[in-house]
Amino acid sequence: MSQLTLKTEGDTHVVVTRRFAAPPEAVYRAHMEPALLKKWLLGPEGWTMPVCINEAKPGGKIRYEWSDGKGGGFYLTGEFISLEPFRRIVHVERMHLPDATPDNHVETIFEPDGTGTLMTMRMTLPDSETRTAMLATGMEHGMEASYARLEETLEEEG
Amino acid sequence: MKDLDGAFSALADPTRRAILARLAVGEATVMELAEPFDMSQPAISRHLKVLEGAGLITRRVEGTKRPCRLAPDAIRQIDRWLDMLREALARNYDRLDQVLAEMQSEEGKEAP
Repeated sequence: MSQLTLKTEGDTHVVVTRRFAAPPEAVYRAHMEPALLKKWLLGPEGWTMPVCINEAKPGGKIRYEWSDGKGGGFYLTGEFISLEPFRRIVHVERMHLPDATPDNHVETIFEPDGTGTLMTMRMTLPDSETRTAMLATGMEHGMEASYARLEETLEEEG
Repeated sequence: MKDLDGAFSALADPTRRAILARLAVGEATVMELAEPFDMSQPAISRHLKVLEGAGLITRRVEGTKRPCRLAPDAIRQIDRWLDMLREALARNYDRLDQVLAEMQSEEGKEAP
């Protein structure tokens, strides 16, 4: 049912949308409770999240550590800026590979959509070069068709 | 890698991405790189300086030439982040569907 969409907005934003067959309360909780986050926020198959720190309050720390089970891994750190339970999460995050990637400022909104939820995640990168590089490289990996489709979809939906 | 910000800025330019694509095939000199791009050698040299500064390519000395090649670690580092972002999004949300279904069925059990 729930195709992931991803499009650019302005010079520095990337917007992701996804629909879920559960109400906003459940989707929000699945984004905030470590026991639930560890079940799905895992990346490629076979990876696990041995460390999940998620201090659900403004200024609260985020630290997720992933492991491939073969000695490989990396981690993400961030901070919550504001939280509106079941409706909106604003946070900053960066990956450590081990060098830190540029700060990604993320606003995630959960809206009721029938009996489910429409999630809209808006990422703001520090400058257009960072975002261009991110998307351009993505397209070289064969994402161009998806982006085009999605832009059409969004234009149609107005 | 020296600096991921620098690497991303370096990759924002289409000529520099094309140079990297060419170098993915193998080592090349400035002259060999200038030819397909219809650009002067000084212009190509400026792009190479940016790529080298960002740690994306390395150069060695061979007589009067300084052939360039990709710095594999740099590319891998960037790819890791991009692959994560892309794949993680799609797979994670498929898994989240499952988690949400489990949450709802547990709620159903608790209800009288």
